[in-house]
Amino acid sequence: MLALTILVDGITYASWLFVVALGLTLVFGVLKILNIAHGSFYAVGAYAAASLVSWFGSMGLAPEWSLLALLMAGVATAAILAPLTERGLLRVFYGRDEVLLVLVTYALFLILEDMTKLIWGANPFYVTEPYGLFGNLSFGSLSYVGYDLMLIVLAAICGGAVWWGLNRTRSGKVVLAVIHNPEIASSMGVNVSRVYTVAFLIGVFLAALGGAFTAPMISVQPGLSVGVIIVSFAVVIIGGLGSIEGAAIGALIVGLARALAVHTWPAAELFSIYVAMAIVLVFRPEGLFQRVQARKI
Amino acid sequence: MSQLLHTKGLRKSFGAVKAADDVSITITANERVSLIGSNGAGKTTFANMVTGYLKPDAGSIEFLGKEISKLSPREVTRQGIARSFQIPQVFLQLSVLDNMLVAIACSHGELSFTRSSHRAEAIDSATGLLERFALQAYCDRKVVEMPGGMRKLLDIAMALTATPKLLLLDEPTSGVSVDEKFPMMDTVSAALETEGVSVLFVEHDMEIVQRYSKRVIAFYSGRVIADALPADVLDDEQVQLYVTGRRK
Amino acid sequence: MFRTISLGLVSIAVIVLASIWSPKWLLFPATMAASHGIVTLGIVLMMRSGVVSFGQGMVFACGAYCAALLAKHAGINEALLLVPAGGLASALLALPFAPLLARYRAIFFAMLTLSLSMVLYGILVKTETLGGSDGFNVARPQIMGMELPADMANLGMFWLSLAFVGALSIVMRIYFDSSRGLVALAIRENELRVEYLGSSVQKMIGTDFVVAAFLAGIGGALTGLTLGHIEPNFSYWTTSGELVFAAILAGHHSVAAVYLASFVLELVRSFSALYFPNTWQLALGLFLLIVIRFLPQGLGSLWIGSRQRGDKQ
Repeated sequence: MLALTILVDGITYASWLFVVALGLTLVFGVLKILNIAHGSFYAVGAYAAASLVSWFGSMGLAPEWSLLALLMAGVATAAILAPLTERGLLRVFYGRDEVLLVLVTYALFLILEDMTKLIWGANPFYVTEPYGLFGNLSFGSLSYVGYDLMLIVLAAICGGAVWWGLNRTRSGKVVLAVIHNPEIASSMGVNVSRVYTVAFLIGVFLAALGGAFTAPMISVQPGLSVGVIIVSFAVVIIGGLGSIEGAAIGALIVGLARALAVHTWPAAELFSIYVAMAIVLVFRPEGLFQRVQARKI
Repeated sequence: MSQLLHTKGLRKSFGAVKAADDVSITITANERVSLIGSNGAGKTTFANMVTGYLKPDAGSIEFLGKEISKLSPREVTRQGIARSFQIPQVFLQLSVLDNMLVAIACSHGELSFTRSSHRAEAIDSATGLLERFALQAYCDRKVVEMPGGMRKLLDIAMALTATPKLLLLDEPTSGVSVDEKFPMMDTVSAALETEGVSVLFVEHDMEIVQRYSKRVIAFYSGRVIADALPADVLDDEQVQLYVTGRRK
Repeated sequence: MFRTISLGLVSIAVIVLASIWSPKWLLFPATMAASHGIVTLGIVLMMRSGVVSFGQGMVFACGAYCAALLAKHAGINEALLLVPAGGLASALLALPFAPLLARYRAIFFAMLTLSLSMVLYGILVKTETLGGSDGFNVARPQIMGMELPADMANLGMFWLSLAFVGALSIVMRIYFDSSRGLVALAIRENELRVEYLGSSVQKMIGTDFVVAAFLAGIGGALTGLTLGHIEPNFSYWTTSGELVFAAILAGHHSVAAVYLASFVLELVRSFSALYFPNTWQLALGLFLLIVIRFLPQGLGSLWIGSRQRGDKQ
């Protein structure tokens, strides 16, 4: 049944998209920066996954280990790029004009584009080992790849972990305080700059994780980053910036809209996502789950 | 005595906080009215609702007979109400003269694509108004280089370009040093003399209130608890309890 | 202002004369600098109000495709008709989006414009009747009814571009120096106050977006006609990015700086394509960071000096 296919496709797509968008919205919520280079971290994660999986393979490890390689790709990308970016670059420009920060993240995007091309070349990579690990599941006449369904579980874990971390731990409450008012948090003794670093690290990790776990489903090649940032941006706009639930609902809406387009009118794929976004914005310009804004004057 | 502003039953809550609780106030032409009350009592919320920045949960705001509670700040300004801000809302990287030129261009709706922003008539109008606020000497200075008190004067001067009938000054002397307060308010008063405008100012300094206003409205917890001559209001028991502290 | 305009016209006259003896490898980047500079001028226009469009590729491509399609299918061969038609088409394309976009600022505006340009890119790539991902060729146009002889073609297109540069720059200089131009700077500083002074910020930003689109359409048409070829890449994010880079390099005070910055970019691009094809973006990104860090007001600020009365020069 077409509807079921669209549904499963949509939810699968929404899963990895949610992981990535979660990172984007978290970084925005805490640092108030909407990072254009977020898609680049995704791409690096995907490339790193390609390298690690083939390295594990060349060492003769069983295919199951490739999953660990994917996870490691995410961790390594975040561990290397996040501190470099946040401390080495963004910190220099904190407090400057908003537009300037946009340009800085755009410059970073440009730099990472070429760096990935320099390191990995321009030819596509195919990361095939992990994809077959979960076999196929049959529902009636249709068969679904287990890996795709695993992604749904991964998304749920990530979302749950972030929600639990923010709302049920002490450190999480500190982060929430910084989200609401960094100045006051700082005067209460919170090490705001450390919160920024950690939040950015988690954000990059989520992007890279998304990239790593999606790598087996796509061809990893130049141009990934811009596609991802455009779609992730649509998700966080629909869901409302800084909102976890928003990222989830936004991802679902985008995933389903795209699946619908891909199966009925493929040329309109990106277009359909933006139509969905436009419809939401007409009724809720702040997104679906925007938090209450503080007084400005 | 023409009725300028008439609010009836204004209500506004922020969650559990009642910022406005059945506020009904009438302002007529050429008045000088102070709004007093401790922090959070609802004075600025009232100012924000009157100028369209906030929409009341209930109640009406009429200005010169027209219902304005649903209008945006821009539309409210066009009706004849202007305001200055607690933190001066000025154009920091532009010069004092340019701030004034922008204010005049916007308030008069003179946004020409071709006529020079620095043509003679525009500069004359701008410097004329700046003179009345003793800011003319600073025409070429960038506002970011000016001290707070002068930014406040500029803020008020800019509000006047719209030739409003009602002017709201939000804490005009806050952040201004003690010895600057009175000269500043004297300048403002003198400048406003010839305008034929009613002035509502939100104030915490009771000396300023006594000297420059003829009527005082006291707020507490979103409600109006007193509305009379300064001396009477400041003697009022409730006002002393909730706003000013007991007089010796 | 009149001094600036006279200076500008004299410079153009000098350049026209100099170009007669100029080698071809210099003429081409100069022509590209002129046609791209017009697009960048539109970005600078919007930057003055504090919004940066990362998607001018959309309207740049629109102008190019429109001019090319008119030449190919409607038999119109006159450049002086094709180029303004491109501008008009782009302005019309931008019109429905302007009110929506004008509600957003900073990163939202940037990302929305970027996304729109990529949506157009996707549509162009998948539309075979428009040439798909290869695009299609455009014949050399006539200028004022005259055919361009082969050896004069490059020079002719350069002078055509300069004509538009001259005309549009004068118009924009007048606009920048007008009341409306000054209020734009105020919007960048404090939008709330502009609203409280009685003017609609959204209307102004929306209008500027359409004007910038018109400029981009003109630039796109000129570029397409000069190259003799149009393709979906005109709407790709890299195209928009280079245009933004030129705007940042130029700053928003001087119109002349826009063309200087565009020219510098074209020269660097030519050399990089030859020697560093794989690190062009990297260099651009690093250069952008350096400019943002040390020269946030752009090249124009070098000769405007620190005492700025609003926006005079």
